[in-house]
Amino acid sequence: MKKDIILAGVGGQGILSIATVIGEAALQEGLYLKQAEVHGMSQRGGDVQSNLRLSSEPIMSDLIPKGGADLIISLEPMEALRYVEYLKPDGWIVTSCVPFLNIPNYPELEKVLARIKAYEHHVLLDVEALAKEAGAPAQAANMVLLGAAIPMLGIDHDKMIAGVARVFARKGETVVNTNIAAVEAGYNYALSVR
Amino acid sequence: MKHLLLGDEAIAQGALDAGLSGVYAYPGTPSTEVTEYIQLAQAKQPSGVQCRWATNEKTAMEAALGMSYMGKRALVCMKHVGMNVCADAFMNAAITGVNGGLIVLAADDPSMHSSQNEQDSRFYAKFAMIPCLEPSNQQEAYDMMAYGFDLSEQLKTPILLRVTTRMAHSRAVVNTVDQPRQQNEKSMPKDVNHFILLPAFAKRNYAELVAAQPSFVAHSEEDGHNVYVRGAKPEKAILTTGIAYNYLMENYDPAMGRSILRVKQYPLPAALIAQMVKDGAKEILVVEEGQPVVEELIRGMVPSDVVIKGRLTGDLPRMGELTPDSVRKAIGLDPLPEHAPEAIVVGRPPALCQGCGHRDMYAALNEVAREYPNPRIFGDIGCYTLGALSPFHAIHACVEMGASVTMAKGAADAGQHPAIAVIGDSTFTHSGMTGLLDCVNANANVVVLISDNLTTGMTGGQDSAGTGRLEQICYGLGVPQEHVRVVVPLPKNMEEIKNVLREEINYNGTSVVIARRECIQTLKRHLKAAKKS
Repeated sequence: MKKDIILAGVGGQGILSIATVIGEAALQEGLYLKQAEVHGMSQRGGDVQSNLRLSSEPIMSDLIPKGGADLIISLEPMEALRYVEYLKPDGWIVTSCVPFLNIPNYPELEKVLARIKAYEHHVLLDVEALAKEAGAPAQAANMVLLGAAIPMLGIDHDKMIAGVARVFARKGETVVNTNIAAVEAGYNYALSVR
Repeated sequence: MKHLLLGDEAIAQGALDAGLSGVYAYPGTPSTEVTEYIQLAQAKQPSGVQCRWATNEKTAMEAALGMSYMGKRALVCMKHVGMNVCADAFMNAAITGVNGGLIVLAADDPSMHSSQNEQDSRFYAKFAMIPCLEPSNQQEAYDMMAYGFDLSEQLKTPILLRVTTRMAHSRAVVNTVDQPRQQNEKSMPKDVNHFILLPAFAKRNYAELVAAQPSFVAHSEEDGHNVYVRGAKPEKAILTTGIAYNYLMENYDPAMGRSILRVKQYPLPAALIAQMVKDGAKEILVVEEGQPVVEELIRGMVPSDVVIKGRLTGDLPRMGELTPDSVRKAIGLDPLPEHAPEAIVVGRPPALCQGCGHRDMYAALNEVAREYPNPRIFGDIGCYTLGALSPFHAIHACVEMGASVTMAKGAADAGQHPAIAVIGDSTFTHSGMTGLLDCVNANANVVVLISDNLTTGMTGGQDSAGTGRLEQICYGLGVPQEHVRVVVPLPKNMEEIKNVLREEINYNGTSVVIARRECIQTLKRHLKAAKKS
């Protein structure tokens, strides 16, 4: 088993919480893991990404090579497209369709979404709306996105849910349950469109 | 025990498990998390490890040397450019030598993700003639702390531990020891004169340091961190250091049969390099993260007919961090098939947070500055450097910690008016205070605008050394009390702030305006914590 994942978004959106849950589940599976993060200046509203590598064999590079990623998981549609050079020819893009507008020259959203749809393997979803439908707060939108990526992760659904439960355990049962509901909403959506 | 740790955290845990008594540091990306991790560990389970932030890297280095003088183990942490700040103390600590183990961690930032240059700290180890360790993964970073402290005490020398951004900020599983080592007991140096660098003593010390060089090389050759493996086709060899090894192995196929020398400890292992040549190496590709340090050094260590390839020859990029892709190309492999970049994607530069006090400070400053024909605003290092970008375009220079104050003075000396310095509170206490004293002594016609957000913001909100005492510091340095003005940067105070700035610009002498409002990020954190309790 080997999965190379690029997590993308805008500083402050919460891509690292997604990485934390996947990492937790991967470690329980006994997988090797490397996760390169961006700290510092870019975190102030700039584009951020994290390279997450999982494997049953030891992993060498902290960075994913170009053309090497199995999956781009993005909390922002244009940010998903920023890293397509790193995506394998048959790799997946799982991304929120909600733009984060903090720059004056953001391209036309319809064109951004059209570019994403041009990739055969994509899941485009409104994570905020799905979180709301699932009765989860807006902060759980990243867990909806995580749920939508589960079918491509190579880690069982149930094991991912157990990972969510462990990561949020210290915040209490209600938080655990709303986050699980958010993950399930994303998961079911991805299954319905895949 | 197994932990998922950032490289920085592995270093911190390694230091704690190796009997650390004090960490001394000034925050700086990508080194900050080392000290934060130790602070958090001490908050949970205090064991008397000093871990308070230092005012700057020089005070940190000196305090660590003092801790070492007393026989205890000390760690100094900084980003690469911090090495310049502490260079005087660092270079001379190589001459005094150490008593308790002393490790200096320098976290380099090739590609300048969060820095103004990409200087390579290995030059400093070479310059000071001390051993340098360069781990290639998080586990090695952890293990090298105990090794490094032992080596430091054995050789009586400081050790430089050099990492780069991808090591510092990448997570992996690390196995830690179950039983941490006890801290050293207090013990005075056996020969006090070693720490008194009068020329007579310093000459003797330096001669000892020179004489010790072969033993440093011997440790590089024999302690197992540097590994040479002869290949089936040894005429083409690769020398790789630190994390560059990972990029090589990501792509390397054993069928290539290259001889490979993997370096994680300096000075360079001369015997292993000689063996590589003896085995028939006619070409050596040097794959190293950062500047071409080894590539230059080994030219003097191998016969002139051996071809050296690397960043200087264009086989690898001259600048920036290595990637699995650039190393792949350097060993002659074709790139993996990839998608073309998407032309629709536009840049998303970082920006000051919404609601940040620096924004209101710049809004007022820009309006006032426009009232003068040719204002010059000298910026400094911190979040407020982002004032250079849209929408403010407010500053005309930004060089290094504290330069705003003294460059404004130099410009005023040259006849510039208005000459305004913009500096954060933490940067001011780090390196701005001495410059302000220069201004006061010359009664330079400058305005020093301290944008005081009560924290070290850019690195994530660490304590700032002068919080609550900035006015007293300015008075103490001799700025007249009536020219130390305090404003609250909020939109509703815009007219007042502008008036204060105008008055101080028009005052012919040195004045300070403190724009004080808490960082919006630390404020959120404080409110959240208050809500919980």
